[in-house]
Amino acid sequence: MRPKHEPTENASFRFEVFRYDAAAGGPPRFQTYELDVSRQTSVLEGLLRIQDEQDPSLAFRYSCRGAVCGSCGMSINGRLNLACRVQLHQLVDRRVVLEPLPGLDVVKDLVVDMDPFWEKYRQVQPWLHAEITAADANRMSEPQRQQIDQFVNCILCGLCHAACPVTKSDERFTGPAALAKLYRFLADSREKRDATTLEQENAQAGMWGCHTIMKCSEVCPKDVRPTDGIRGLRRKLLSQKFKQVLGRSSRET
Amino acid sequence: MIKHDVLVVGGGLAGLRAAVGLAGQRDVAVISKVHPLRSHSGAAQGGINAAMGNAPGAAADSPEKHAFDTIKGSDYLADQAAVLEMCRLAPEAINEFERWGAPFSRFAEGTVAQRPFGGAGFPRTCYAADRTGHVLLHTLYEQLVRRGVKVYDERAVTRLAVADGRCHGLVAYNLKQGRFESFAAKFCVFATGGYGRVYRDSTNALINTGSGIAMALVAGIAVKDLEFVQFHPTTLLGTNILITEGARGEGGHLINREAERFMARYAPRMMELAPRDIVARSIQTEINEGRGYAGGYVHLDLRPLGKARILERLPGIRQICLDFAGLDPVEEPIPIQPGQHYSMGGIDTDVRGRTTIDNFYAAGECACVSVHGANRLGGNSLLDTLVFGRLVAEDIIARQGDFSFQPQEAVLGRHLALQTAQLEAMLGRAGGVAQRHIRESLRTLLTEQVGIFRHESAIADAAERIRRLREQYATVGCRTPPGPFNFEILQALELEGLLYVAEVIAQGALRRRESRGSHFRSDYPARDDAQWLKHTLARLDGGEISFSYAEVDTSQHAPQARTY
Repeated sequence: MRPKHEPTENASFRFEVFRYDAAAGGPPRFQTYELDVSRQTSVLEGLLRIQDEQDPSLAFRYSCRGAVCGSCGMSINGRLNLACRVQLHQLVDRRVVLEPLPGLDVVKDLVVDMDPFWEKYRQVQPWLHAEITAADANRMSEPQRQQIDQFVNCILCGLCHAACPVTKSDERFTGPAALAKLYRFLADSREKRDATTLEQENAQAGMWGCHTIMKCSEVCPKDVRPTDGIRGLRRKLLSQKFKQVLGRSSRET
Repeated sequence: MIKHDVLVVGGGLAGLRAAVGLAGQRDVAVISKVHPLRSHSGAAQGGINAAMGNAPGAAADSPEKHAFDTIKGSDYLADQAAVLEMCRLAPEAINEFERWGAPFSRFAEGTVAQRPFGGAGFPRTCYAADRTGHVLLHTLYEQLVRRGVKVYDERAVTRLAVADGRCHGLVAYNLKQGRFESFAAKFCVFATGGYGRVYRDSTNALINTGSGIAMALVAGIAVKDLEFVQFHPTTLLGTNILITEGARGEGGHLINREAERFMARYAPRMMELAPRDIVARSIQTEINEGRGYAGGYVHLDLRPLGKARILERLPGIRQICLDFAGLDPVEEPIPIQPGQHYSMGGIDTDVRGRTTIDNFYAAGECACVSVHGANRLGGNSLLDTLVFGRLVAEDIIARQGDFSFQPQEAVLGRHLALQTAQLEAMLGRAGGVAQRHIRESLRTLLTEQVGIFRHESAIADAAERIRRLREQYATVGCRTPPGPFNFEILQALELEGLLYVAEVIAQGALRRRESRGSHFRSDYPARDDAQWLKHTLARLDGGEISFSYAEVDTSQHAPQARTY
């Protein structure tokens, strides 16, 4: 195989980009832009070129361009991904259809309103509940860290939330990212929170809402499997209920 | 008008650390151009320095030794008492993140793991695999959410409202709504990041436009040492995405086209782990002298580490190589080249983050204390954000009496009107010069003429051309009507800042006739302590940049020759 870092020839690509302006109203439409660029170009770089050279009114979010900040999630030829992470040579043809993340309100073109996503994140109280004051009392072992590693790697880009069929049918559903974030803390060996958040998610709109369709894991750009976290929450809940029952029966005898 | 006691501008590590320190004590809010978790701090990979002495054989490490390495690394331009203060507070910064639950990588006994890094006498760099910035940023943001701090995101601050030696607040462009807003505050803190995107080939996020530094300059505040620009030795060929120094810390080799570990020629003792300025120049020299590969790169070979170590310690690097270069570093070497990485210079502050405007502070990469001098050591930038973010918060809290200051609405109104008029003029010039021509010319000039190797005629030419670009900026037009997420307006506003910063870099580099740290003059290749052991201060005065110089604090260590 030829190393991909060698320069490759230019090719012509047809970007078909979803356009909509919620403030101005009017029907959504697709706009076509022709772009002659290297096949190494990422979809995000392509969009930046279009914005710079052809249409400065085109709106999309960007920041790191290195798949770590989570700004540029969108649908690329029907698959959800970070635009910076997809290079044009990876696409099957030279047509690049770009749409905003589904299931979130479109504000402008490829920019969606992420507020409902962040609200779910805040709902699970996403911080370590551990009242430790001594400087070195908060240690964990490397195997303990590895247990939460995949959930720590989540960049909160929202791709899983947008890919999940349940978040679309039930807006109350906490969603894969927030549930996996909750598990990241509950599975942390140092966590000391009580059962309140776990009980709060013991609901159809919480951990039981997941139908294990696995779309979340399929689209994650960081190889996180949110369904692992949701299953983990269910296990924690059941084991806690079990302990409660045992605790009660042992008091009775 | 929105009012808070303290406004922190920037949602990266420095800004969030300041805000978390102020939360619950004072009415504080954060303003950020992007959602805080999209900040560039999250892209930091290799780690954060603190003399914890956790590594085997590192028990003798100390803040004083950390400080010495930092001072030597800075080529003696850092202010030494400030460096010592930062290094002294480093272990506390790590312990604080331990308490907040940062999932650092661990040694067998459960202590925070530490790896070797460039220019350091001990394995001193605490890490979370190669995603340290990500882990710290998320942990700190979690603490911000826990404390319920108000965040105004997707607002680009464009102007400081300074009058009579006081800062009354600021003006910001609300990207979501497409309009300017004014914010009044008793204290303002800038934590707006570096100026990497003045250059074409940069590891920095696209949002790192140095806007905060330019705004300070426009407000009459001094900026310091902007000519000191760090070029990271190892950035991925083509995209210039960062490949962490930790890759060399873990045992990766730099290899030229002649299959030679060429660092032996430049830093025989520390080899690949010499400081960044030296390694970047060495790589560029290999390329310039024909020992690199066609296309201008050399190889970073991680295969000596073996697959298991790569997967455990450098999983993010492997992912970057797979995603962006289509290669697996377990199997083949990584094509790398130096690229712009860090801004040593910034808004002139003291060790508490205070500037020449009494109630205006700066911290993190946009500030210059100076703790990095002419060359920052790897692992010290995350530390800088946490230590100085904290110190700014503590200093503001201590100034109880100054909370009686009432910002004047008239001052803010005047700045809001000026800003609005500037935008209207731009919108009225729909047929003006395209901003991209100016931006691209600027970035090419800086990269090619004020880069790793510099000399008089190239810098002078660049400075003159940048000046002309700044004049041309007055004719830039915007054709997209105002509305939500109008990036043409945002980028045009950012461009003005890029131009100011670039001009200060070029003029500062032109004046500094010596080589020190990252600033290498091929026409003056030696360090000249007699003439140039001093900080560069630049101010904007009636549209012209004026320069003065300030003493360097060398109270702890007399400057020595710098060999590795």
